[in-house]
Amino acid sequence: MIATVFFYMFAVFLLGSALLVITVRNPVHAVLFLILAFFNAAGLFLIAGAEFLAMNLIIVYVGAVMVLFLFIVMTLDVDFAELRAGMAEYLPVGLFVGLVLVVELIMVFSAWALAPEAMKLRMAPMPKDVTNTEALGRVIYTDYVLYFQLAGVILLVAMIGAIVLSLHHRKDVRRQNIADQVSRRRNEQVALVDVEPGQGLES
Amino acid sequence: MQTSLWDTLWWLFIIALKSAVLLVILLVALAFLIYVDRKVWAAVQMRRGPNVVGPFGLLQSFADLLKFVLKEVVIPDATNKGVYIIAPLVVSVLALAAWAVVPVADGWAIGDINVGILYIFALSSLTVYGVIMGGWASNSKYPFMAALRSAAQMVSYEVSIGFVIVTVLMVAGSLNLSEIVRAQTAGLGTWLGLPSSFLDWYWLPLFPMFIIFFISALAETNRPPFDMVEAESELVAGHMVEYSSTPYLLFMLGEYVAITLMCALTTTLFLGGWLPIIDVPPFNWIPGVIWFTLKALFVFFFFALVKAFVPRYRYDQLMRLGWKVFLPISLFYVAAVAGVLVAFDLAP
Repeated sequence: MIATVFFYMFAVFLLGSALLVITVRNPVHAVLFLILAFFNAAGLFLIAGAEFLAMNLIIVYVGAVMVLFLFIVMTLDVDFAELRAGMAEYLPVGLFVGLVLVVELIMVFSAWALAPEAMKLRMAPMPKDVTNTEALGRVIYTDYVLYFQLAGVILLVAMIGAIVLSLHHRKDVRRQNIADQVSRRRNEQVALVDVEPGQGLES
Repeated sequence: MQTSLWDTLWWLFIIALKSAVLLVILLVALAFLIYVDRKVWAAVQMRRGPNVVGPFGLLQSFADLLKFVLKEVVIPDATNKGVYIIAPLVVSVLALAAWAVVPVADGWAIGDINVGILYIFALSSLTVYGVIMGGWASNSKYPFMAALRSAAQMVSYEVSIGFVIVTVLMVAGSLNLSEIVRAQTAGLGTWLGLPSSFLDWYWLPLFPMFIIFFISALAETNRPPFDMVEAESELVAGHMVEYSSTPYLLFMLGEYVAITLMCALTTTLFLGGWLPIIDVPPFNWIPGVIWFTLKALFVFFFFALVKAFVPRYRYDQLMRLGWKVFLPISLFYVAAVAGVLVAFDLAP
């Protein structure tokens, strides 16, 4: 009973905040509502028994990705008038993308209804004797380890690509070499001299 | 499994009662922890510290509380009102919520969930939102600088904290905090034939990770020497500049609760949680909750000492330490520990 109450609570908040993401004027508010939406999605995962996924959704998306997202949106100087000016121009493209998504979703859901085997596979119950995390770990790291590694390599390539694109090494800047600074010793760098009064110091 | 409405309500009541008890104990303990923090700080600098309110100044924190609560709440005109008010709530509520899964003794956790460590990691990575929201909503230069700094800093140090946690998980073989503590009853010491003792806890086999975790915890909670977010010599009070009265109090509360949480987490992951220092009669008569408190206080003492001893890092040095020192070391250690576990067939 509690699960039902919480399901409707999370679902209502999820849909509400998702709607607000695309309707609020202020982009920072939009990002904050997106975070709230992620949070409620994590709550739904929890109710469905996918606790590991729920926590990972929060750690990866809310804890890291959205922080950087918010970071960028906050520092942008957004001109609202200019944003709204392009509305008519982009509306057909947006509608088309939305239509494709809706059709795809309908196809996915109808597949569930039409093919019981597919539905059975997708709703495969997790093994009862192990925890959620362990079951997921077995699937990813034992059964599909090659695909997992490949996905990792693709991400690595993407990361290296981003670094290569943005890296430019300036030659006219003095750089700090920490190892040099730490390896300095007192007797190499400091000389104590006893200066006679009125004599000064010859360099 | 059909339960009646009364059973459900009773269960809810029990959970609420447990949470309330933990909350009250935590907040009262916090008042004295702040006092300890200031006393240690003062002792290092050869000052007396708070000594006016109550015997030895013990009631100083309560006087401060009254002062904050009774002040007028000032909300500057140019702020983004909603976000401005929510920000301190986010910081304090998230920090308090994370305590729900901490096992203070065997079986003494409000929610002994299977992914406890991930839950704490998730919530502690969310505290950054309070700082960012507060900094942005204040609509002022210094808070905004603080928000940007904290975003970069916390994301950086979460990476190394994540790797440290992964190492501990590999050795313990569970994401449940209670199981992690139980896994520490056997280890190096019992392998040598000694009774279960402090030699079995993970601080010894994972010593480099213990150090990295401690330092990253300092950075994650914005403690000196990593308090770039509220560096008073450059940013006045960082994200809290425009806050006064109770909202300010909530920020401070959240910060200190996060610190106690990190102390508790260090205790659980590396110092054997509620386990007695040696499992022989005079020591294992003492209840686990006392051992847990003593260990957490021990870690907190070091938090306080570091605050007094170490000068503040420069911002680029902070970033360098996170990405170029801690990340490679912890990544290497994850691989090394995994290798050792597989090679000697020690994996649980």
